[in-house]
Amino acid sequence: MPFLSLILIRTALLYLAIGFTLGGLILLNKAVPFQPALWRLLPLHVEFTLVGWIIQFVMGAAYWMLPRLGQYRPRGSDVPVWGTIICLNAGIWLAGIATFVSSPFPLEMAGRMLEFAAIVLFAVHAWPRVRPFGEG
Amino acid sequence: MPAISRWFIKAGLVYFLAAMLLAIGLKAQFSFPVLRFLAFFNPVYYHLLTVGWITQIIMGVSHWMFPRFSREKPRGNEALAWLVFVLLNAGLLLRITGEPMLALNPGSIWNTLLILSAILQWLAGALYIRAIWPRLKEKP
Ligand code: HEM
Repeated sequence: MPFLSLILIRTALLYLAIGFTLGGLILLNKAVPFQPALWRLLPLHVEFTLVGWIIQFVMGAAYWMLPRLGQYRPRGSDVPVWGTIICLNAGIWLAGIATFVSSPFPLEMAGRMLEFAAIVLFAVHAWPRVRPFGEG
Repeated sequence: MPAISRWFIKAGLVYFLAAMLLAIGLKAQFSFPVLRFLAFFNPVYYHLLTVGWITQIIMGVSHWMFPRFSREKPRGNEALAWLVFVLLNAGLLLRITGEPMLALNPGSIWNTLLILSAILQWLAGALYIRAIWPRLKEKP
């Protein structure tokens, strides 16, 4: 698999590890309440599993498997995908920590905007690759 | 497609169907008071979709399609993949029963199911990462 897929999928697996750990802790705490503060980790759990794990993994697999654009640079420019990686992960953390820090700056909104930018950049990359296999 | 991938994907489709049926129930409870208890299935609904369906399909397809581990063992440790399947599904089924039952009977012994569920699902996630990581190989 190409280097950028490797980065996206490895990062997604790290989020799976943290996201499942947070989910497991919140579930244990639901069964046997031992630390009410654990509920505050719920937005982080959702952000890590939904965006960090699922969406990031799917993008990594798509970058690898979508039809290629020919011999020379088969996957097109990698600049938009680097942009996706940076914006998506910055967005996940900003939106995730927004509930913990009080800031005059709208952190969650900024995080969501970055996540949106990541999706737009990925669509820019993938659009020309969504076509029948073998078309030169 | 290897047998374990078929199990992951078919189980995923069953959870998807279950989630859709539950979604109908979650809406219908507003019109039919006998269905009010379904409100306690809200977290179950989210996890049927995200763990039961999407995560499970990802696990099945990646085990099938990812780069070979080696010539002799193209898919790496197959036994580990089966273990992940059993742990994830047992964990999810325990949650599907335990979470609404605990909500209906707060402070009851149903919490045991949730404790087990948390441990089994966490183990499934950790072992899946252990199984798939060595198959992430670069090839331009
Ligand atoms: C792909 C993986 C997962 C995704 C995408 C996911 C997503 C979500 C979402 C969307 C919610 C609802 C948040 C809300 O109500 O605002 C939630 C809640 C929760 N999740 Fe997960 N989750 C995942 C895996 C897990 C796992 C593996 C566990 C436990 C081992 C877990 C435990 C919990 C708990 C305890 C809650 C709170 C339930 C409640 O409100 O009572 N999650 N998750």
